[in-house]
Amino acid sequence: MTLEARIQAGIGGFVLDVELAVAPGELVAILGPNGAGKTSLLRALAGLLPLSAGRVTLDGVVLEDSAAGIRVPSERRPIGLVFQDYLLFPHLSVLENVAFGLRARGMAHATAIAQAARWLDRVGSPADWGRKPASLSGGQAQRVALARVLATNPALLLLDEPMAALDASARVEFRRDLRRHLESFPGVRLLVTHDPVEAMAMADRLVVLEHGRVLQSGTPADVTQHPRSRYVADLVGVNLFRGRASYDVITLADGGSLTAAGAADGDVFAVVHPRTVALYRTRPDGSPRNVWEGRAVDLDLEGDRVRVRLAGSPSIVAEVTPAAVRELGLDRGDRVWVSVKATEVNVYPA
Amino acid sequence: MILAGAGVAFFILPLVGLLLRTPWTSAWEQLGSPEVLAALRLSLLASFSATTIGLILGVPLAWTFARLTFPGRSVLRALTVLPMVLPPVVGGVALLLAFGRRGLLGGWLATTFGIHLPFTTAGAIIAETFVAMPFLVITVEAGLRSMDTRFEDAARTLGASRWTVLWRVTLPLVRPSLIAGAVLCWARALGEFGATITFAGNFPGRTQTMPLAVYLALETNPDAAIVLSLVLLVVSLTVLIGLRDRWLGAS
Repeated sequence: MTLEARIQAGIGGFVLDVELAVAPGELVAILGPNGAGKTSLLRALAGLLPLSAGRVTLDGVVLEDSAAGIRVPSERRPIGLVFQDYLLFPHLSVLENVAFGLRARGMAHATAIAQAARWLDRVGSPADWGRKPASLSGGQAQRVALARVLATNPALLLLDEPMAALDASARVEFRRDLRRHLESFPGVRLLVTHDPVEAMAMADRLVVLEHGRVLQSGTPADVTQHPRSRYVADLVGVNLFRGRASYDVITLADGGSLTAAGAADGDVFAVVHPRTVALYRTRPDGSPRNVWEGRAVDLDLEGDRVRVRLAGSPSIVAEVTPAAVRELGLDRGDRVWVSVKATEVNVYPA
Repeated sequence: MILAGAGVAFFILPLVGLLLRTPWTSAWEQLGSPEVLAALRLSLLASFSATTIGLILGVPLAWTFARLTFPGRSVLRALTVLPMVLPPVVGGVALLLAFGRRGLLGGWLATTFGIHLPFTTAGAIIAETFVAMPFLVITVEAGLRSMDTRFEDAARTLGASRWTVLWRVTLPLVRPSLIAGAVLCWARALGEFGATITFAGNFPGRTQTMPLAVYLALETNPDAAIVLSLVLLVVSLTVLIGLRDRWLGAS
């Protein structure tokens, strides 16, 4: 399953101009602030927003080609779209909501209901499927919305801010579940989010969108370590670690450890913003819990600050002022001490 | 405050007068008389027929106004809701000029199909539809406009054809507006007087609906007129109470 899309569309004064390719088995996260055109991009792929120019193919099948005048209508595209606010039909029961797509494809009522029940079971929706969606919690509604889309067996799965409407506690649990479902989903997966941690935690590749255009695209590690613009650096230019937490100490998957304040036990993501990483010529003696020695691999001047990539255990990126670099006399290859306060290590359950 | 009180009294006094002057003892007798029953039956037949026609023609019209943009839409929309503000007698005259014996379409209908609309029950139904349908169109259009169309998008991405979307998503979601529009249309059709008497005339059993019977009875049998008025008042009150959640706010 491969998605190739070149999309140009105008909505009012806003112009969306995006080129995108998603390889088989890849999970791509579209990351960007509100109003960047993320939702419009999904709507364009789903055929809900007409292209002014462009071409969309899925697995070699042309879904839209403005030059050739081809435009497959939404209902005939093998695409499932999970909307940000789920949009479960309020007048249908949970079970009928999930059966809707199957019924629309002409499946007999009894068969559709039976399949819908199986999907609800699979996504872990609690029983009582005769209820109307209005009575569901955010997490339950999200599961039903996912089941409704998966039941139609789409080749391309689009998720618009799947976690946005959930509260923090439900988010952790749902992210774990969602990743499990996404891993077992055979088609192309595209996730839209404005939350960098969510994007990095879930996706194989990030596509950063702003003002309707792609600013940068690459693996989470690549984008976070080499943000190509100030904006991307601010948005995703963070240090992301995977590890296992136990009593405030996170043993990192790629070597080294970090101490964090109040880390929950278990598999976690730890996020450290580069501007909170301090550098010293000699071993600092003070309150920071995390102190280790690293080697400066790269120094990039970006506007009024320098991003220093440090190899060590763990490797990390620090953001300091050009004046600080001069004072430290820091150059590529130099050894330097790194310190991070435990309270600056943000921990998210994986 | 005094002016407001006068305003309230202005509305309530006629109703009180109606209730006080009702000949309660002979009310049932009056209701049972053949003329009254005929008028009641005709009124119900005509008003329900008008509502049915209104639904069949008015819902697609409302959908067109709410969802499509085309040149001349606002002009067309103004023309279709014109009967709401047009004096009904003028509507009746206009209908005569269109469907009358020498009307635009009437002559052709008569010679080709042998259909004569003026001064028939069908004519009464047409007159009522003409005056009442705009209420349905306006209400359903407002419902369609305030509906979140992304539900339709969701249905389409799930594989539903436009027809399936309409029947299984759009219409169920605007059901409150459909009901309100139909009830309003029906109530307006039930009370219709001017266009009906102009276009369909006043023939007992054929075109003499309740309001017409009330007007006629007022000269010959005032008690019957009062009882008939009371029946129409009860119907109106029932409609108002049924719709109060929508209009007066459920506060």
